[in-house]
Amino acid sequence: MSATDLQVDRQGRLLHFLTVEGLTRRHLTEILDTAESLRGVAERRVKKLPTLHGKTVVNLFFEASTRTRTTFELAAKRLSADVLNLNIATSATTKGESLLDTLRNIEAMQCDMFVVRHAQSGAADFMARHVKPHIAVLNAGDGCHAHPTQGMLDAFTIRRHKPDFPSLQVAIVGDILHSRVARSLIHALNILGAGEVRVIAPRTLLPAWVESLGARVFHSPKVGLREVDVIVMLRLQRERMERALLPTEQEFFQQYGLTEERLALAKPDAIVMHPGPINRGVEIDSRVADGPRSVILEQVTNGIAVRMAIMSIVLGNHARPIEEDA
Amino acid sequence: MRIAIEGGRVIDPAHQADTVTDLFIADGRIAGSGQPPAGFAPDRRIDARGRIVCPGLIDLCARPREPGQEHKATIASEARAAAAGGITTLVCPPDTDPVIDEPAVVELIRRRARAAGQVRMLTLGALTHRLRGERLAEMAALKEAGCVGVGDGGRAIASSRVLRRALEYAATFDLTVFLTPLDPELGHGLAHEGQVATRFGLPGIPVAAETGIIARDLELIRDLGVRVHFGRLSSARAVELVARAQEEGLPITADTAVHHLHLSEIDLSGFDSRCHAIPPLRGLRDRDALRAGLASGVLGALCSDHQPHEPDAKQAPFGDTEPGISGLDTLLALGLRLARDGVLPLPALLERLTWGPARILGLDGGHLGVGAPADVCVFDPGAEWRVEPDTLHSRGHNSPFLGWDLQGQVTHTLLEGQVVYTRKERV
Repeated sequence: MSATDLQVDRQGRLLHFLTVEGLTRRHLTEILDTAESLRGVAERRVKKLPTLHGKTVVNLFFEASTRTRTTFELAAKRLSADVLNLNIATSATTKGESLLDTLRNIEAMQCDMFVVRHAQSGAADFMARHVKPHIAVLNAGDGCHAHPTQGMLDAFTIRRHKPDFPSLQVAIVGDILHSRVARSLIHALNILGAGEVRVIAPRTLLPAWVESLGARVFHSPKVGLREVDVIVMLRLQRERMERALLPTEQEFFQQYGLTEERLALAKPDAIVMHPGPINRGVEIDSRVADGPRSVILEQVTNGIAVRMAIMSIVLGNHARPIEEDA
Repeated sequence: MRIAIEGGRVIDPAHQADTVTDLFIADGRIAGSGQPPAGFAPDRRIDARGRIVCPGLIDLCARPREPGQEHKATIASEARAAAAGGITTLVCPPDTDPVIDEPAVVELIRRRARAAGQVRMLTLGALTHRLRGERLAEMAALKEAGCVGVGDGGRAIASSRVLRRALEYAATFDLTVFLTPLDPELGHGLAHEGQVATRFGLPGIPVAAETGIIARDLELIRDLGVRVHFGRLSSARAVELVARAQEEGLPITADTAVHHLHLSEIDLSGFDSRCHAIPPLRGLRDRDALRAGLASGVLGALCSDHQPHEPDAKQAPFGDTEPGISGLDTLLALGLRLARDGVLPLPALLERLTWGPARILGLDGGHLGVGAPADVCVFDPGAEWRVEPDTLHSRGHNSPFLGWDLQGQVTHTLLEGQVVYTRKERV
């Protein structure tokens, strides 16, 4: 069973959210439209909706993360769910408990949704395959495979600024090879009918068959950034140097870092994005990160609305079949 | 014990024989076929009408997991599975725990295998001490203890200097060297470096991880003239390299595992950990080239690369699972499927499972000539069965073929003239 069959039921409704790949434009548009309608909640005096009242959401983080976990937590709380945060990076599994045992234990606490982050590609898929049918699994990042809520919040942010997707040119710059964010965003943009998705990186940071994801490859930002509407910079992990993928951070910044000069190659109204946390002076110059074209902080704000949308859609789809059975 | 196997289609690839006839066995050896030898009175008759009678299968790579990983399987459990799969000889690589780098381990395996009966379990000794690729193992002593060859145990030796010395030393004692070509550095990954690994974000293993090592090894072999067998080839380019070297006259042979002829990277879809194998399942082009290589004989043997696991070993996210496929039960039926699909004629397929590996090992066996050890497999080529946990005899149920409907079922297996397996008809 492929991931698509796993996350979508026979009527085409989302039961889990594991990957953007294989979903339809209708799925993605529903998420974006719902997020749009939920975006106002944060501006209200009472920042809460009763949608998930009585539901329990567990953040199961096998990999350290502050930002993603916090926005999932806020999203769930603004929908009135109870939230449990488990940072397993430092607990049970290091004591030798298998992922399946961890899953069974938390399942026994009668939760409704697992938000999973794990260092292994396919971990969320694995969870979704093994949870009881009433539980929904949201992928909060699995290895280098997918980070679908990030892909959706990036698409959401882009749509707010550049609604005309057919003419849209998006460049993703940096460590594509290890980036689950890049994979999810490439799929999302292609499904939404974006004009062109470019990836810009040295060959060591590109997967062997990256074109097959639906992206045009550039090795030089000088060429690749020309006339784009959106630039997405990716975080560069320091261990890439030790693994002989790059010589130094300095050389990377010189060749690929987003500076004001490079930004000038893009369209005059181009926006700059970054999934965070940013490495100033490694992949992006501070003047660009903090500059007028940067929508990096807006991405964080949008992340909450998009995650609220996905949570309510997925749990809503779970509620219906159970009611029908009763 | 005298046995007559009557009325079967006897296929003996070593003698290019393929006729419906009777086969006679006495004192553990083949006594004749067609007309019974003078004064032959069978103690037992096996009705083989409608069935195929061939030499017992010889599997060049199967890990019974004992000693060291008895929670996965044991010599006894896997000997039963081998017999049920028509396999009468299997070769256990040296990466047991302890490593087969001293005679005592060879002796231990022999003793346990003898106690289990049902299969002839041969061992490969380690090329290097503890398989660390640093110091030579006591190959002469290992040979005297009964090892049929020496090998790297699944991990290519990184140091060309150590490998060269090991090849020279092995050749001194007329040992065939069994190498598994996978670069220890470049081969460090989870899946074939192809479209599927790209989509799934799995670290890729490029084809060059295999061919780079083969190219290096071929250059060493060219200098030394030592007999080398390359095990578990996975790529089209590897087949090409080996074919060219064979044409050139280098003393090399090669095999592939049967799952590489039926599956590809596409089968990893859904992160199916049962398809987590090393070398990895590669592209369709590779699969087809391996099939062609088996048909042409560049790949002289087809093996199971049997690696049984306990369920937990595969119950985790893909990258946290152990590689390997349980294959003894399905080797013959998956092979027959190749013959049915027209990849190669049935007698040629059976050659790659019997006489081919026997020649690679230098064994007296793998054929049905008079005087040969009476290792015989009788199977019903049309019998359908579904691969399911309860139709597998191996303790390892980690098969990507679960749910497949296969044709060809062993009805009798004879080891040195003893019936070690008889299929019970299911009610």
